[in-house]
Amino acid sequence: MTEEIIIAGFGGQGVLSMGKIMAYSGIMQDMEVSWMPSYGPEMRGGTANVIVILSENRISSPIIRTFDTAIILNQQSMDKFEQSVKPGGTLIYDGNGITRHPEREDITIYQIDAAGEASKMKSAKTFNMIVLGSFIKVKPIVKLENVLLGLKKSLPERYHHMIPMNEEALLRGMEIIGEA
Amino acid sequence: MERELRLMKGNEAIAEAAIRAGADGYFGYPITPQSEVLEYLTMEKPHERTGMIILQAESEVAAINMVYGGAACGKKVMTSSSSPGISLKQEGITYIAGAELPCLIVNVVRGGPGLGTIQPAQSDYFQATKGGGHGDYKLIVLAPASVQEMADFVELAFDLAFKYRNPAMILSDGAIGQMMEKVWLKPQKERSREFPEWATTGKTPDRERNIITSLNLDPNKQEDFNHKLQAKYREIEKNEVLYEEFQCDDAEYLFVAYGTSARVCQKAIELAREEGIKVGLLRPITLFPFPTVIISRLADQVKGILTVEMSAGQMVEDVRLAVNGKIPVEHWGRMGGIVPTPEEAVENLKSKIIGG
Amino acid sequence: MSDNITKGKMIKPENLVYTKSRVMTDNVTSYCPGCGHGTAHRIIAEVIEEMDIQSEIIGVAPVGCSVLMYDFLDLDIQQAAHGRAPAVATAIKRLMPEKFVFTYQDDGDLAAIGTAETIHACNRGENIMIVFINNGIYGMTGGQMAPTTLEGMKSSTSPYGRDVATMGNPLKMTDIVATLPGTYYVTRQSVQKPANVRKTKKAIRKALEYQKLNRGTCFIEIVSNCPSGWKMTPVESNKWMEDTMFPYYPLGDFKVPEED
Repeated sequence: MTEEIIIAGFGGQGVLSMGKIMAYSGIMQDMEVSWMPSYGPEMRGGTANVIVILSENRISSPIIRTFDTAIILNQQSMDKFEQSVKPGGTLIYDGNGITRHPEREDITIYQIDAAGEASKMKSAKTFNMIVLGSFIKVKPIVKLENVLLGLKKSLPERYHHMIPMNEEALLRGMEIIGEA
Repeated sequence: MERELRLMKGNEAIAEAAIRAGADGYFGYPITPQSEVLEYLTMEKPHERTGMIILQAESEVAAINMVYGGAACGKKVMTSSSSPGISLKQEGITYIAGAELPCLIVNVVRGGPGLGTIQPAQSDYFQATKGGGHGDYKLIVLAPASVQEMADFVELAFDLAFKYRNPAMILSDGAIGQMMEKVWLKPQKERSREFPEWATTGKTPDRERNIITSLNLDPNKQEDFNHKLQAKYREIEKNEVLYEEFQCDDAEYLFVAYGTSARVCQKAIELAREEGIKVGLLRPITLFPFPTVIISRLADQVKGILTVEMSAGQMVEDVRLAVNGKIPVEHWGRMGGIVPTPEEAVENLKSKIIGG
Repeated sequence: MSDNITKGKMIKPENLVYTKSRVMTDNVTSYCPGCGHGTAHRIIAEVIEEMDIQSEIIGVAPVGCSVLMYDFLDLDIQQAAHGRAPAVATAIKRLMPEKFVFTYQDDGDLAAIGTAETIHACNRGENIMIVFINNGIYGMTGGQMAPTTLEGMKSSTSPYGRDVATMGNPLKMTDIVATLPGTYYVTRQSVQKPANVRKTKKAIRKALEYQKLNRGTCFIEIVSNCPSGWKMTPVESNKWMEDTMFPYYPLGDFKVPEED
């Protein structure tokens, strides 16, 4: 089993750290993982994206152009990556700020309102964990318990007091996802 | 400290592996996409862990000359940079080779020429393997294809550098530097307290003074020295070739690729074999010494070879030398910081080799 | 020296008035007659011998006339690329802080190609001694213009004299490094007559004593001559140096520690 994922949005939305927690979760259940970010000036206030591959086998290329799942968090990324989802694949997107919704009919599309939920939780920082919760609900490749372990491993100790809030956000994300 | 599993960027893995390998000093200068090496080291305070010295130099030129100074004291020292910075270091590198000093130089390659791009490339192959600076000299060049190898090759490079009193280079690229993968880190090794007998540590009464120089004003002496260097390189070629074969046993066609391109080719092999094309991969791990013998042997087995490089075709020349006209050898690659896709690799295998 | 007259036969204990430092080798130096390099080497060797630190000191030689310094000083010496000696010395000292480290550099090496390395080593306050021989010319390569060549001074690349409008002004590196917080002791000396040799030797001694106390960079400029490059006899060159070089590069201390 191999899952090839792209997560794309604005810098500051927690795109890279979401990918990192995903990768750590994979490690927790003994999978091979790779995390390949876009890097450089384009990240400064612009778009950020990361390719995460989780696999039971040795990962060949960490850089790929088509994906099993795309997690899309702004309009530019929608324009760039909607066509990159493999037929039969999955696209999860946050509807906030999206002016042109995805149109593909050969993939499964989920719209979520993670931004809205994050503001209900009164913490913008929970946004990416809500999105991650939604992802693991529809693609249960990594178990929630391993995500929590991954979170613990990827957060510096001084932020460990934030783990309960992140757990709540993950659960909220699992609840809100429904087919668009 | 035990062996430890971590999720790390390639650049971070190099830095942590250097501390654990018992390196004495790191001298560097920031440049994308390798700045995480220096950032990680300054954050980690290795001086408190092992006594390792970290210094951000005023330039790449100063950094490589600091490496010269440290290496001449018999210390395990290193620097890292990316392509434009490595060009600046070439003066220092040829002096280090000419003074026969061991050290580690890491190049996290980006696209050129000039300021080029910050995205990954493999266009510094010639510079790394054919000289780079002036004069007849060679670096030992290791090409990691994973974050694990970024970590593992630090100690390997130091071992080879000290074994042959020769600078060693890890030739990586922006993709491997920036990506995160699982990495098993080795336990902490103690820093060596012993100095090689040639090191400049202060002249004691029991020995002649130690002089580190690359200067021979007498041409005969310089020629003798050149012969000595060449003999050393032949010895390295005999003993230190490393490569990996991937699905070569039944292969009718062959990719030759290193580093990130080799990862792309592995995926391309999966795709090609789904279509019934029997293709394998020979991945050089040492670029100098180059795995000439195995490539020559595989040329007796396969019908054609495609090298895949993130360049206009540099390693392909060494592959052609190894094959020596026995079968067609073609190059295909992307430039400018673009990583080739596996699908493109398969298409080009078909059009340039199978259909050709 | 012919075979039948050996050093031992010539030098009897009763008429021995001077002996060279044992920190110097028996090699004949490659310096031109009358050149200040030999004297500068000698006093460095003497200080090292007097302080008994031969086994604790590492020297860094430049590219320039003194590139072969390692042939004349019986020390562990590294020969650095042109201008890079302060960077090389930085690493030696950082990796072996218990040792003494010095660089010996000429004007082209220190004040042209190596300006960045010089400024930054001084700015970091590297705990090393930098000895800077300023003779206003590139001696080794045959008398080309140096960064310190005086206005109007002829060289093989300023054959009509240095025109500051197109070639820039002679650079006063010692004045510059004295302004940096990292330097501890900065002085300009010369070695053309015994009194000045004694002063320079004292400066070298001080610099190494300060190094032992981890005080920061000590920078000693020695204004010197180049009879061959200047196309003068040794005596003429010394006179010219005093009359022409010293007014632009006045001797004296630029930065003296308060503990003195």
